[in-house]
Parts: sequence; structure tokens; C-alpha cells
Amino acid sequence: MSLARAESRRLFKRRFTKLLMVGVLLILAAVAAGTYLSNQKVSAGQIAEAKAEANRDYQAGLVSAEQEKQKCLAAEGTPEIQNWGGSCENIYTPSPEDYDYVWYMPASFELRQEFPDMISVFAVVLAAAAFLIGASFVGSEWNSGGMMNLLLWRPQRLRVLGTKMAVFLGWLTGVSLLLAAVWTGVFQLIAQFRGTTDRMTSGVWQSFGLMGLRGLALIVVAGALGFAMASLGRHTGMALGALIGIGAVQIGVYVMAQLAGAKYPDVFLAPLWLFAWLYKEFVVEDYTSCDYSSTGGCELDQFTMTWQVAGTGTAVLVVLVVGAAMWTMRSRDIT
Amino acid sequence: MTAVLEISGLRKTYRGRKGVRNALDGFDMVVEAGQVHGFLGPNGSGKTTTLRTLLGLIKPNEGRMSILGREVPKHLPEVAREVGAIVESPQFFGNFTAETTLSLLADAGGVNRNRVYSVLDLVGLRDRSKERVKTYSLGMKQRLAVASALLKEPKLLILDEPANGLDPGGIREMRTLMRDLSAAGMTVLLSSHILGEIQLICDSVTIISAGKRVTSGSVAEVLARHKSGAVKVRLEPGVDMMGAAQILRAAGAAVTLDTDHFTVGNASNPAQITKLLAQQEIYVTELTPVAADLEDVFLELTGTAPVEGQNRQVDETAMSAAGKGGWGQ
Ligand SMILES: Nc1ncnc2c1ncn2[C@@H]1O[C@H](COP(=O)(O)OP(=O)(O)O)[C@@H](O)[C@H]1O
Ligand SMILES: [Mg+2]
Repeated sequence: MSLARAESRRLFKRRFTKLLMVGVLLILAAVAAGTYLSNQKVSAGQIAEAKAEANRDYQAGLVSAEQEKQKCLAAEGTPEIQNWGGSCENIYTPSPEDYDYVWYMPASFELRQEFPDMISVFAVVLAAAAFLIGASFVGSEWNSGGMMNLLLWRPQRLRVLGTKMAVFLGWLTGVSLLLAAVWTGVFQLIAQFRGTTDRMTSGVWQSFGLMGLRGLALIVVAGALGFAMASLGRHTGMALGALIGIGAVQIGVYVMAQLAGAKYPDVFLAPLWLFAWLYKEFVVEDYTSCDYSSTGGCELDQFTMTWQVAGTGTAVLVVLVVGAAMWTMRSRDIT
Repeated sequence: MTAVLEISGLRKTYRGRKGVRNALDGFDMVVEAGQVHGFLGPNGSGKTTTLRTLLGLIKPNEGRMSILGREVPKHLPEVAREVGAIVESPQFFGNFTAETTLSLLADAGGVNRNRVYSVLDLVGLRDRSKERVKTYSLGMKQRLAVASALLKEPKLLILDEPANGLDPGGIREMRTLMRDLSAAGMTVLLSSHILGEIQLICDSVTIISAGKRVTSGSVAEVLARHKSGAVKVRLEPGVDMMGAAQILRAAGAAVTLDTDHFTVGNASNPAQITKLLAQQEIYVTELTPVAADLEDVFLELTGTAPVEGQNRQVDETAMSAAGKGGWGQ
């Protein structure tokens, strides 16, 4: 227990921790302020007007499409038909969905529609900070010789490293939850004053909650990876180096997969995993394929990466890296 | 007397790119309770490696160790509370103040935080304790390291070259501090290569060379066991010293001339000197063995005395040098 208390104190006494926490708060505040300023409340009159305007444009679109069709039909049998690709069937007829009335209004913040993106922003910003704080928390300790000193006091290596990591991840979770609550409150206020909280059923809240939990998992995983990699390399820089290395290898693998003619080279890109994890799925398409059907035209082959796949893959990675960090802690010579 | 620290047959090999290095090669050591024990050895002889192994920082290949009667590293977690140690140059996280550094250690080790101020006072850092360690000089960091070792009120204090970076005043303070601690019942193990220091404050010593113990015992015992072998020779006034020296040199003695006497450096049998000189009708008025100091013993045992015209490399020691014999046997 005394070890955990010491590590808690150490974590918050570090300037790097404080600095990054302030940075995170500033970024989040900027995002919230930006959202607040760039949206506004729209009245029922404004909505009706926007709907009318959208409808006007839709009708105009229909008219011009009809005119185009007439011209095309007139040109049938002459070489000019080539202007329409040889057939009048391809002329596009607009549908009402192409004229969403929302575009005819000033921007307005609809909580149901836009909060998921805000959860993502929150999770990614906090995950980046967690990685850096975790890496530096243990990395500078190794680097400065503080870890050796600590081991002279508590010659229980796994316990020392494990406590350090648990304390860090515990605080990370607590602070994230607290900030997430504030974040949700702030955006609910923004929606009230600069948009709408319409259609917010309990099902929607539940789905936000689940997405939030996946975001929290992302933050904790980033923290654990940063911590474990810095401990493995006994230097904060090693975690950053490893991150850059992994990025480079990824791009390499992506390019190789493309050259080798893999069907979905995109699945090798971590940001897509991230997307799949947060938004439950990510669909990659094979642009070279064409499954022709008379109704839908060309249908591309698709591969859907689900959050379960992305999550399992990441979990395996975390177990491997953290396991390696613990294993080397147990067995290595500390000189 | 009981042994506070016992090491036997300790072996540690480092595997590097250039093959295997035996840092410790069957090393033994015993430290009795209540003593200030000097741990002497040239650079790279294995002092720090021994202390690291003892404190569980590195794993030995072979050997048994015990601290306060309990086998380590098995029981290290229990005995760690009784052992204060600094190993090699002091290292701390530079952005914390001395006070923060020590209070975090106190917390981690379950020691009352109030002790922080008394140990900082003890090592003379009280007035600078709120400054970041990064801004400290080497000697100040060394003092902080000693403070951290004292924080636990240990029964056994292990200091690896604590005089490193200290000013003369600091060295003297450290000496007094160690005397006081030892008087208060603490056992102190002090690694050093500053021999004057050790001779002044240590009750007993262990000398290590190339990973092996070459001698150990109380300072007096060690000195007595390793008489320098040099004798001071004084002749009747007016007698030709040069001539006498020639005679002895011709017989293989290492003679160093002085103004009114000369010294034979390798006289394992001083009777030979009187005999040789008497044969030439030169009579000796004084023939006294030169008392060895710890430095002589150290240089002799470790074979690290400088030889004119040669640059000794760090790993060249008594172990690697050719056997030396005395003259006059
Ligand atoms: N981490 C290491 N890797 C390889 N060799 C080492 C390591 N640490 C020490 N050694 C070697 O072990 C020998 C003993 O070193 P050390 O115990 O530090 O000597 P000292 O008596 O000066 O404290 C030296 O030859 C040194 O080069
Ligand atoms: Mg050393």
C-alpha cells in the first residue's frame, strides 16, 4: 500500500504529467469552444424556410434533368449521342435525399448525430496523452536511475513495476471518467444552446455509453502500451521510437501488400483498426473488383472489419507487450 | 562477533559482444558486526558488481550470500529494510527536489517521512533541500545518496565509493559520520580505492583483484602479513654508499639511494645484506624493515603499481602478471 501511495504522489509531482494534463484540457476546451461558436440554434421558421428552399432546388434539379434527357433523346441515332456516353439511360435523376434541408440552414449541433465524433476526439486526445505520460512515468525512472534506487528499497521487481503500472492505469481511468462526464455535460449544454437534443432516446444514450467505454478502453490500452514499451527499452524515447518504427513498418507492409496484390491492403493500417473499434465497423472496398448487376450497377467487393476483430487483435498485442515488459523486469540485470 | 555479511564463491560472468568476462571469479567476503569494513580493489576489479549482486540488482552465476544471517537474494525483501545502500555514482530523477526524492523513497519503503529532514541535515543538504537535484554538484548528489541510504536507519550501510566527488571537507565529514554511525552500532561496508581514507577509518578490509579476494582481515593483520620486504640500510659515516650499492645491485638487489641511507626494495632475507657488505668490510649501522602502509599492500597484492615506461591497462593485475619472487632467498 505504501508503494502505491508513493507512486501516486510521484505521478502527480511530475511536471510532464501536469504539463500534458493542461495540454489535454486546452485541446478539449478548444474543441468545445469551436463547436459552440460554429453552431447556432435554428428556429422552426428557419427550418421551414430551409425545407422550402431545398424543395425548390430539388424541383429545379428535376427540371434540368428532364431537359437533359430530352436533348439526349433528340440526339439518339446521331454521333452526338456520345456526349451522353452512348445511351440516355445513364442520365441521373435527382432524388429528394440529394437536397437535405440541413444544408440550407446555419450549422446547428444535433447531439444525437454529432456526439459520437466528439467521443472519438476525446478518446484519441486522451489516448495520445496517456501513451506519453505512461511512457515517461516509467521511462525517465529507468533512465535517471530512480528505478534502481527504488529497487534497493523494495527488492520485489514485479511488484514494483506492477504497482507502478496499476497506479498509473487506475488514475488514468479515474481522470478519464471524470473528464468524460464533464465532456458529455458540456456537449449537452452546447446542444441545448446551439442546436438540439431532439431524438435522444435512452437507446441512443446507451449506445453513446458503449462507445464511451470503448473509448476508455482505447485510452487505457494506449497508456499500458506506452508504459510497457518504455519499461522494455528503459527509456521514454524507446516508446516513441517503437511507435515510429511500428508506423513505418505498417506503411511498408501496406505498400508490400498492395504490390503483392492483396485484396484489402487497408486492413494493415492501424488508424482503420482504431476507426473500427470506435465506430463498431469499418468497411474496406476493393476498387478493382466489379460485381455487375443491372439494378445496382457495379458493386465493389467489401470487407468489414468489426470492432470485435480490432479489439481482439489489440488485446493480443497488449498482452504480448506488457508480458514482455514484466518478463524482462523479472530477469534482467540492472546496471 | 557475528557476521553481518557473508559471501562465498560468488561468480558472475557478463556476456558481451567480445565474449565472456568474469567480473567475479569465486569471490569471498565476511563482514563482522559493528565494524567499518573497507572493500578495496582497483578499477574494474568487481567491487560494484559484488554490491549489485548482493543487493539483488544482478543475478550471480554461482555462489552463496547472506545478510544479517539470512540468505539472499531469497530473503532480500525482508532484509532490505535493514540495509541502506548506494551503488556506484548516485542517480536520481533530476527534476525532483532532494526533499521530494527522499520523501518518495520513505513512502515506498514505509519509513516515517519526518526522518527526511534529519538525514538531510546530517549530510549538510538541509538548506538546499528544496532545489532540484539536477542543479546539484556531484558531491551534493553524493551527499544526497548517503542521505537516502541513511533514511532507513539501517543495520548495515553499504557505500560504493562514497568519497567520489566530495571536497576535502566533505571527505572528512563523511569520515566522522561513519565513525559516529559505527560507534552507534551500525555496520558499514565501504568500497573505495582511496587507501589513505580506508586506513584512517576502517577496522578491517577485504582486497579484491580481478574478481577474487586477495586478502582480508583487520587492517593491522593485513599490514603485518604483508611486510613491505623493504629494508632501510644505514652505513658508518664516511663509507662509500655508491660502492655498497654497487655490490648489492650486482647480487640482484633493488637499491634506491638516499642522502644518508639507502633502501633495498626486495630484501626477503635481510641477513644477506649484512653478509655481502661485511665480506667487503663494509659495516651496517642500521638495518630496519620499512613499515608497509595499506597502499603498498594494495599495490603489491593487486599488481597495479605503476612501472616506469609502461602504461598499465585496467585489467592488468597481479593475476595476469608473471609471478614475482623476492631476492636473496
Ligand atoms: N553491465 C556490464 N556488462 C559487461 N561488463 C560489465 C558490466 N558491468 C561491469 N562489467 C565488467 O565487470 C568488471 C567489474 O566491474 P565493476 O564491478 O564495476 O568494477 P569496480 O571494482 O570498479 O566497481 C569490469 O571489467 C567491468 O568492465
Ligand atoms: Mg565501481
